[in-house]
Amino acid sequence: MSDTLTSEKPAAAKVAQVTMLQAINQAIADAMEADEHVVVLGEDVADPEEGGVVGVTKGLSGRFGEKRVRSTPIAEQAIIGAAIGASLVGYKPVAEIMLMNFTTVAMDMIVNHAAKLRFMSGGQTHVPIVIRTMTGTGFSSGGQHCDYLEAWFAHTAGMKVVAPSNPADAYGLMRAAINDPDPVLYIENMPSYWMKGDSFDADHIVPLGKAAVAKEGGDVTIVSYSRTLNEALGAVKAMEAAGVSAEIIDLRTISPWDEDTVLASAAKTGRLLIAHEAVEKHGMGAEIAAVASTKLFGKLKAPVARLGAPYAPVPFSKPLEDAFAPNAKRIAEAAISLCK
Amino acid sequence: MADNIGPDGETLLGIYRRAALLKANDERSRKVITTGRLVMPYYSYRGQEIIPSALCASLTDDDYLVTIYRGIHDMLAKGMPLNDLWAEIAGRVDGTCKGKGGPMHLTYPKKGIMVTTGIVGSSMPIANGLAWGSQLSGNNRVAVATFGDGASNIGAFHESLNMAAVWKLPVIFLCQNNLYGEHTAYEKATSAKQIADRAAGYSIPGVRVDGNDPVEMYRMAREAIDRARAGEGPTLIEAMTFRFHGHVFGDADGYMDKAQKAAAMEADPVPRLRRKLIDEGIATEEQLAQIEADIEESIDAAVEFALASPLPELSELTTDVYGEAA
Ligand SMILES: Cc1ncc(C[n+]2csc(CCOP(=O)(O)OP(=O)(O)O)c2C)c(N)n1
Ligand SMILES: [Mg+2]
Repeated sequence: MSDTLTSEKPAAAKVAQVTMLQAINQAIADAMEADEHVVVLGEDVADPEEGGVVGVTKGLSGRFGEKRVRSTPIAEQAIIGAAIGASLVGYKPVAEIMLMNFTTVAMDMIVNHAAKLRFMSGGQTHVPIVIRTMTGTGFSSGGQHCDYLEAWFAHTAGMKVVAPSNPADAYGLMRAAINDPDPVLYIENMPSYWMKGDSFDADHIVPLGKAAVAKEGGDVTIVSYSRTLNEALGAVKAMEAAGVSAEIIDLRTISPWDEDTVLASAAKTGRLLIAHEAVEKHGMGAEIAAVASTKLFGKLKAPVARLGAPYAPVPFSKPLEDAFAPNAKRIAEAAISLCK
Repeated sequence: MADNIGPDGETLLGIYRRAALLKANDERSRKVITTGRLVMPYYSYRGQEIIPSALCASLTDDDYLVTIYRGIHDMLAKGMPLNDLWAEIAGRVDGTCKGKGGPMHLTYPKKGIMVTTGIVGSSMPIANGLAWGSQLSGNNRVAVATFGDGASNIGAFHESLNMAAVWKLPVIFLCQNNLYGEHTAYEKATSAKQIADRAAGYSIPGVRVDGNDPVEMYRMAREAIDRARAGEGPTLIEAMTFRFHGHVFGDADGYMDKAQKAAAMEADPVPRLRRKLIDEGIATEEQLAQIEADIEESIDAAVEFALASPLPELSELTTDVYGEAA
């Protein structure tokens, strides 16, 4: 008895119920503890600057020193350039670009350099960086502070893109992203930072490129990620009331996305709805819809449906902002009408 | 300036060896393209040879270089092997990058040639990161970003100088001012009387130097490198020079001042250094002729090596996009 017990792998310590923000913070801290080459840079990230505007990196510089956790000038090209250069010589920088819209002023560094150096050098160099960035509507911040721009980066060969929807995945995806040998854009949803989730193991890793079935169902597959995934879960009651059983897939990694899991589910239910906060046109939903329509041609009971934001900038006025991103109600309506 | 930093005769001869290689390689490149044996966008650096030749006298293989599309002179001076270089610009599997980078993205980390960018201004932010890596690990390596005069007008230049100054990074910003950015003359595009003056805005040393003068160029580069190694932070060097053959191969130069160009070519810095070596008794005519003959021979061999090297398999289209996750 005692023999079998001792030969078993000791259970990893459990991380108690934490918020998204705490999970991300802990993942970076654990990665820094495990590997001295993990370094953090970005505007206000060190403790004298309060560990970031929202406090995601709070405590890290106090624990690991300001050499490894470095507040930067407000200079996004310089931030990503510094991350790239350090990554070329063995470091694993986690760079914060405060808001996703601010990636626009670092696009050259991200798209022309981080994403391409491995290929253009014939594999001699590579760029193991994580770019953390937050976004999401809900704070009345208007047109330049809360866009979802994931499709741009997913469209860039050489980049990986992840977007967790809960604290356990936030932790596990961050650990995987830091371990990954290539540049990973890590999207944090602002309104979700204080959301609590299930507890998880302290060494929890969520491999990149693997979706999760967040809820099983038989009538329709709903694929989503980031905060919209939680809206989909919030739509379950209304769908069930209408007699619709939805299978909800949390994509978790946007690029490379998990075709196997998505297509297997859509083949099973025969219906597919993709929902995201980014504008619908030219979005991630189009890519998934195209692949599903091609590979499941003849096997689907209804055309693939997409649900995203209208083709417009994010508005300021509250009723307009509230109507911008797909919510539980609209997701339920779309799924129910797909099953009619 | 300290007088004891040279260069001594041996160093000057080393600078000439590099400069002669660079000059011969450019001449051969243009010839090979003219005769149609290779097709590529080619940005001649002819006229700018002394700058990297003098710079690299004070760099080790471990020091980092980030250069640009007009940068083959920088790479050769830093030690990129001719065969690998020629095979790359021929798009062959034996190239530095297996033929996947080409003339604007040559990379050779074994000699510290970490990135070559085709984007104006983008060498500087990445050089900062390499220098940050040196600072973090305390390995004493310096990083050099080279770029043109036009690149000093782009945002990345200013972001980079500022960050390097605040972080005291061991980096050298080496501007090769050839008086033109593409077709536009310096004065029409650049507000500063001299680019070196821009360093003052970032509280770092900025010096303008005659980049075609091997002694001056050597000393300025050496001072900046020593300063970086001593942990005293970045330097901006503006090395004055001239581009003999227009922006890109095939450019007819219609926008250039003919007299200015003729005068610059008349003052060709490479033969000038050659004469200096002989006049000062540092080398004999025979010695230099032998060096030049050896260079021609090695370029002959490199061109033939490149053209005999296989073209890549089409499967290479999708390899090296991502690595294997650990
Ligand atoms: C961001 C960007 N804008 C424009 C170009 C096109 N372009 C290539 S070289 C060049 C001129 C750059 O001049 P300078 O910095 O003086 O360098 P030089 O070519 O003279 O060595 C331009 C405009 C580019 N490659 N990248
Ligand atoms: Mg120029």
